Amino acid sequence: MKILVCISHVPDTTTKVKFVEGNTKFDTNGVQWVINPWDELSLTRALELKDDAGAGVKSVTVAHVGNATTEPTIRKALAIGADDAIRVNAEPVDAYFVAAQLAEVVKKEQFDIIMFGIESSDYNNSAVGGMLAEFLNLPSVSAVSNLKIENGKAAITREIDGGKETVTVPTPFVAIVQKGIAKEPRIAAMRGIMMARTKPIRVYEPIAIEPLTEYVEFEMPKPRAACKFVDAENPKELIALLQNETKLI
Amino acid sequence: MTVLVYTENWEGKFKKLSFELVSYASKVAEMMATTTTAVTLGEVSDDELKVLGKYGADKVICLKNENLKNLDSQLYTNAIAQVAQAEGSKVIVIANNNSGKAIAPRLSVKLKAALGSGVSQLPLSLSPFTVYKRAFSGGAFAHVVLKTDTKIITLAQNSFDVVENIKDVKVEKVDIQVEAPQTAVKDVQKQSGKRLLTDAEIVVSGGRGMKSPDNWSPLVELAELLGAATACSRPVSDEGWRPPEEHAGQTGKIIAPNLYIAVGISGATQHIAGVSGSKYIVAINNDKSAPIFEVAQYGIVGDAQKVLPKLVEAVKELKGK
Ligand SMILES: Cc1cc2nc3c(=O)[nH]c(=O)nc-3n(C[C@H](O)[C@H](O)[C@H](O)COP(=O)(O)OP(=O)(O)OC[C@H]3O[C@@H](n4cnc5c(N)ncnc54)[C@H](O)[C@@H]3O)c2cc1C
Repeated sequence: MKILVCISHVPDTTTKVKFVEGNTKFDTNGVQWVINPWDELSLTRALELKDDAGAGVKSVTVAHVGNATTEPTIRKALAIGADDAIRVNAEPVDAYFVAAQLAEVVKKEQFDIIMFGIESSDYNNSAVGGMLAEFLNLPSVSAVSNLKIENGKAAITREIDGGKETVTVPTPFVAIVQKGIAKEPRIAAMRGIMMARTKPIRVYEPIAIEPLTEYVEFEMPKPRAACKFVDAENPKELIALLQNETKLI
Repeated sequence: MTVLVYTENWEGKFKKLSFELVSYASKVAEMMATTTTAVTLGEVSDDELKVLGKYGADKVICLKNENLKNLDSQLYTNAIAQVAQAEGSKVIVIANNNSGKAIAPRLSVKLKAALGSGVSQLPLSLSPFTVYKRAFSGGAFAHVVLKTDTKIITLAQNSFDVVENIKDVKVEKVDIQVEAPQTAVKDVQKQSGKRLLTDAEIVVSGGRGMKSPDNWSPLVELAELLGAATACSRPVSDEGWRPPEEHAGQTGKIIAPNLYIAVGISGATQHIAGVSGSKYIVAINNDKSAPIFEVAQYGIVGDAQKVLPKLVEAVKELKGK
């Protein structure tokens, strides 16, 4: 089995988000870039499966659509333990564009399981995995919280409203993963960092695809009303405020 | 033309989320001077289908086939695409929940229709068709132009009010041909009797400041009295103090209740990313400088274990119990 883990390169989750050029562009000044938290967990699970001899996973490859400045993020994935990497050399303009590029990668190099995080923490679209599956006419399972391989077959747990289901789908398939897929993201060890330097990153040039969406403006969340404090000795007052002002209780 | 809205059903029943979607879709239809068609898959009674007419659906189509019993993202996408094409739908509205996220991106590619996900307002303009959506995990909002002739919108839960808009609704039940599903469901585990975190209008949530899993009973009691769901911060779920489905935040559930009561939660960016859509936030924390107070509208600086029982008493008194 060969697993492909698609990763997004995003601002660190503690970044103070700002915009430039009349609020039309994200201000990348001073931003620390990381692997999207979901994708880090997805990669961790892929590597756990590779470590488990019974699962029969031969290789874990990571793929990313981005220009050369994103290579440190890709190297980090290699340091964590991916065997090799693919970078499609293009600005990831929208989800449709990114999915189309990754679909080309999957056509060129066959994979049995293609993994995505449920969303990228920057544009929160939850879109690329499902789009790629449709481009390639592959089955996709979303909201995946566990992925096992038993006797060469994948057993998938997915979250449904108020519960879980265990499902199977034939390979190749797309798994879109979320909470539960791995407990903690795997951290790169010194040895991994050394080894990552020589692991291959194959660079593909993009195909011509028109994006379907355009981000034209950003705004900051509306400021919230300042906090009204209630004395700890008198929580009754809080209940009265909630009743009178919010009318919710 | 028409605006098409996919309304999921849960064992043949709709819920508030379905009415939010239909209310939203019929407002968009009004903006576009057209009608609203709702589509659902599986076995649903005529009476239940007609309920959607109360919120603005002019027509409800129920597609039936044994193979549509469980979510198979390909089959569901194909079924909805067929209706969209037959109805000539230019805008398709879907929930931004687990099943919506499984279907909408596939539908976007199938119909070559631009997707706006996690939308929380009516379109800002029809030409160019511009939607308003969450970005940077709640750190900002974006105006996104959907450039194709057909557009797909996934609507964020609890972001649009249910509005009555009574229509003389037409119900169509159609038996359709469907291929065999690729997704085989082997086992289902339902937690029964628990209020769903994503559906709840009030949520009471506990963090590490609760100190021990043994301290949760006043929090749970408060939630029960308020008809609220319970949630927690990530370390609390990681430690196994509370079940994983309660974890709220960037890497847990993204929720937007009307009222979010955070007890012993510091308010880290990643936690706020999952709850910032709440209409009101209440914080109870013994540290006055905790960042949670920066996003809260009501706060108590105090020890959770002392404050919670008093809150329980106050709510009991209010509810006459
Ligand atoms: C990539 C990434 C993703 C993450 N995703 C999430 C996520 O989805 N959800 C999430 O919650 N976190 C997430 N985190 C973790 C997040 O950064 C915080 O560590 C976490 O939210 C802190 O949880 P807490 O508020 O319960 O605990 P703490 O930060 O330890 O805060 C406990 C609070 O309780 C207060 N307190 C202590 N004693 C009492 C008392 N007796 N009475 C009242 N108050 C008391 C303290 O003053 C403090 O403010 C993520 C982190 C990373 C790096």
